[in-house]
Amino acid sequence: MDNQKTNESLNNFFSEIGNLVLFTRNMGQQFFSAPRELVKQGYFIGVKTLPLVVITAFIMGMVLTLQSRPVLMDFGAGALLPGMVSVSFIREIGPVITALLCAGKISSGIGAELGAMKVTEQLDAMEVSGTKPLNFVVATRVIATTFLVPILAFIADAIGLLGSYLSINMYEPMSFVLFISQAFDSLRQPLKPSFSASSLV
Amino acid sequence: MEPVIEVRHLVKAFHTNRVLNDISFNLDRGMNMAILGKSGVGKSVLAKCIVRLIDPDEGEIRVLGKDMLALDAIQLDEVRKRIGYIFQGGALYDSMTVQENLEFQVRRTREEMNKADLQDLVEEALANVGLLQAIHKMPAELSGGMKKRVAVARTLIFKPEIIVYDEPTTGLDPVTAGEISELILDVQKKYNTSSLIISHDMKCVKMTANHLKIITNGSFYTAGTWADLCESQDPEIWGYFH
Ligand SMILES: Nc1ncnc2c1ncn2[C@@H]1O[C@H](COP(=O)(O)OP(=O)(O)OP(=O)(O)O)[C@@H](O)[C@H]1O
Ligand SMILES: [Mg+2]
Repeated sequence: MDNQKTNESLNNFFSEIGNLVLFTRNMGQQFFSAPRELVKQGYFIGVKTLPLVVITAFIMGMVLTLQSRPVLMDFGAGALLPGMVSVSFIREIGPVITALLCAGKISSGIGAELGAMKVTEQLDAMEVSGTKPLNFVVATRVIATTFLVPILAFIADAIGLLGSYLSINMYEPMSFVLFISQAFDSLRQPLKPSFSASSLV
Repeated sequence: MEPVIEVRHLVKAFHTNRVLNDISFNLDRGMNMAILGKSGVGKSVLAKCIVRLIDPDEGEIRVLGKDMLALDAIQLDEVRKRIGYIFQGGALYDSMTVQENLEFQVRRTREEMNKADLQDLVEEALANVGLLQAIHKMPAELSGGMKKRVAVARTLIFKPEIIVYDEPTTGLDPVTAGEISELILDVQKKYNTSSLIISHDMKCVKMTANHLKIITNGSFYTAGTWADLCESQDPEIWGYFH
């Protein structure tokens, strides 16, 4: 009796894993079979999210600098400001806010879109014509998002640094070249293993 | 004549709502069968069961000789490629232009076609329904009737052996409805398709169907040709014809 139950849940577990593998494989195939849809989705997702990411990153960069500046000044370490901001922004804040914004904006958009497609029987129509709607509609969006989020994160980093540079300039003029070289100097330090682990999270 | 669709003792209930209750019929090759019934009686559900968009609770469905309920996903797709289904609301893909809607259908089923042929095919299909000028429009820019006609074009483009029309003329003006009915007849003659026509539009039914069935309370109330049923004094039937 008990044995049977265990068997059943084991079975479920493995078939679940099997389904996941099949789903992933289908996605991989779809990547090659619907490139146009993929590009289109990528374009929409990028364009929809870019302004939001730019504004947020800019403000975050500015605020981070403004907030850290008095403390660093108290310790007489104002020169470290660009380095500190760039490390924290590029390694942590940039990717995190991009990911959060995308999760909020893109996923709710996709949710609404799929809902509308379901109601107007478009998904049924695809299924009847021999297309797996899951592959075509969902996979293209997932793959497009997967590629776009790193790109958006990169842009967010750049804009964040720009914001930071501008806010430093509100107190004292500083050349852009100096700012950038300081910022990237501190990034050049090798990552400690613990840091690498934290970025995985 | 060989039957292309055989349905036996079909039962489908949604929770306690028993929508289809023991439905059986045959659709022979080259036949146009109309299914009539009040709104909400389960006509769309029946049509969706046939292409297995909805799984029935009991019964047997054979389409083109294949037992639909026993097929795996790949075999099911093979059969579905030979069936056209026109949805009640058109179900155009609204992120694509009219042209892309039609191309999508073809590319998914016949991948080997080259670009020029595909373009010709799309234009021919649209010309058939008189909508060549709308080829670059988005579905949102079309009127209800235009959407229906695009949906018909999208189904006709891959010349299916069986077409299920879920209310093909509802919401159209009488002239366009007449054109669609003629289109249904044309297609049927040209390609010897078999059609299942679900409709309230008696003019369309009269023109296109050579056999009629009326559903009430989940099963067929009566069946026959137009002439047979037209004579009937039964109030359930009379209402459709007068
Ligand atoms: N997915 C579903 N879940 C639950 N109930 C459903 C579902 N689809 C249809 N029904 C119910 O089945 C019944 C028949 O619906 P159906 O869409 O087949 O009607 P119909 O005969 O096509 O009507 P109409 O002429 O208005 O299109 C309705 O009572 C509806 O509430
Ligand atoms: Mg219906």
